[in-house]
Amino acid sequence: MVVTVERTPLYEEHVRLGAQMTNFGGWVMPLQYSSIREEHRAVREAVGLFDLSHMGELRVKDENLAQRVVTRDLTRLRPGRIQYAMLCNDAGGIIDDVLVYAVADGGYLMVVNAGNQDADFDWIRGHLPSPTGGGVLNVGRDWALIGVQGPRAVGLVQRLTPSELGGVKYYAFIEGKVADVACVISRTGYTGEDGFELFCSHDDAVQLWRALLEEGHADGIRPAGLGARDTLRLEAGMRLHGNDVDAGTNPLEAGLDWTLNLDKDFIGRDAIVQARDHGLSRVLVGFKMLDRSIPRHGYVVVDNGQPVGTVTSGNVAFTLGYNIGMAYVPPTLAALGTRFGVDVRGTAAPAEVVALPFYKRPHPK
Amino acid sequence: MADLSGTRFAETHEWVKTEGDSATVGISQYAQSQLGDVIYLELPAVGQQLEAGGRLGVIESVKAASDLYSPVGGEVSEVNQDLKDHPEYVNEDPYGKGWVIKLRGVKDNPKLLDQKAYDAFVQAS
Repeated sequence: MVVTVERTPLYEEHVRLGAQMTNFGGWVMPLQYSSIREEHRAVREAVGLFDLSHMGELRVKDENLAQRVVTRDLTRLRPGRIQYAMLCNDAGGIIDDVLVYAVADGGYLMVVNAGNQDADFDWIRGHLPSPTGGGVLNVGRDWALIGVQGPRAVGLVQRLTPSELGGVKYYAFIEGKVADVACVISRTGYTGEDGFELFCSHDDAVQLWRALLEEGHADGIRPAGLGARDTLRLEAGMRLHGNDVDAGTNPLEAGLDWTLNLDKDFIGRDAIVQARDHGLSRVLVGFKMLDRSIPRHGYVVVDNGQPVGTVTSGNVAFTLGYNIGMAYVPPTLAALGTRFGVDVRGTAAPAEVVALPFYKRPHPK
Repeated sequence: MADLSGTRFAETHEWVKTEGDSATVGISQYAQSQLGDVIYLELPAVGQQLEAGGRLGVIESVKAASDLYSPVGGEVSEVNQDLKDHPEYVNEDPYGKGWVIKLRGVKDNPKLLDQKAYDAFVQAS
C-alpha cells in the first residue's frame, strides 16, 4: 500500500515559519509554530491564523440529493446562509459532520473533514438517481481555506476588504476580495471565537496568508496549528469527528439533536427515530477533572469501580485553568453535577459533569 | 545556554547532574521540544527508591502522556514543587528551573552519555 501525504499550498509558508509538522487525515499540517499554549492564548485574546486547506469541499448541485443525505431541512436555508449538519448512514451513525452553504446560483457547498472528503464524495455520489449525473463535484483540492479567529479577527479582515462585514452574521457568508484575493468570506469557525474562514483558490493562498500575517502584526496575530485548534475547539464543546462522533455513534447520543429535522426524510432518519423511541444507552457529556490529572481519548469512565463509559476527548483547558473532557456515559450519570471517575493509569481520578460548551466568549455578537 | 559539561544523558532523554552522592534529574532540551507544551507531571514521593532505568513518573504535554525514567538509582530527596503550578518551566528552562527531582545515595550508571555522545545519538535517531 502506498501512503500518500498531501500538502496544502501553504506548506512552504509553514516550514519557513518553523512549524512542527504532523500527519493529519492524510495531510501534512502544522501542529504548532511556537507553543500550543501561546497560540491558544493568541486566539482567545487577539487573533490567530489557521491553514485549513486540508478540509474538503463538495459542490452538491442536486438539491434533492443534498436534502436526502443531510440531517437538516435545507429548504429552510436561504442563499448566503450556513448550517451545521450530519451525514448519516442507514443505521443513523455519523459518517461526517459538515457545514452546508446555500449557494446563490443553486445547490450547496459542503465543507467536510479532511480525512473523510473522498469517502463522503463517494457516499453522496452513490445516492445519485443516475450514476452518470454530474450532481456532485469534489472540489476540495482546488480550494484553500484560511481561518482568522479571535476578538480582533473581524477588524483585521475588515481592514483588508472593501466589503462591509458588519452585515455578515454568524453562519452567513458573502463573496468579496480580501487583500485583492477573490474569496468566500464565511463567518464561521472551530474555536469558540468570532472570526472568519476565507476560501480562495490554491494559487492565491500564499498572497492571502502573507497579507493577513502582515496586517495582523499590530493585532498580535500568531499562526496557530492543529494543536491549538484542538484545545480551542474542545473548550468550545465542539465535537471532533473520529474522536467524539463516528459511524458508530448517532446524533442523539452525541447531543446533536438540534442538527436533526426528523419530520423530513433523510438517510438514517428511521434508525434515529427508532433509537430515540427505544431509549439511549449512552450520551455524550462534558466533564471537568476535580484533580490535576489529564483525561485522554480512550480512557475508561468508572463508577463504583465498574467501567461504565469512555472518554472521547480530553485535555487541559488553558483558558479555564483546569482539565476537561467529553465522554459517553449511561444517561443515569449524565446530569449536571454528577460525579464519576476517569481511570488514569489505574487510579480513578475524580470528575464532575458540567455544561457544554465549557467556554463561551465574553461578548458574543 | 546552560553549562552542560558535567551533565550526562540517558537514551530515554533524561539528564542527570551528580555532585558527590547526590544528583539532580530533568529532561533534555530535545525531549521538551519533542513533547511540546508540558501541562502536568506525576512525580514520586520523597523517600521513594528508584532504580537506574526504572520508572520515575509521567510527563504529560498537550499532545500525549509519556513515561519518565531515572537515569541513576537513588532515593528521592526532593521534588520540584514549582512544576505543580508551572509545568511550563520544563519547556522554558529544562536544565535550570525545570529540573524534576533530586536524589541522594546515588548509585551511578555507566551507560549514560555525555553531551557530545547524546547530541550524536539524537542526530542519529
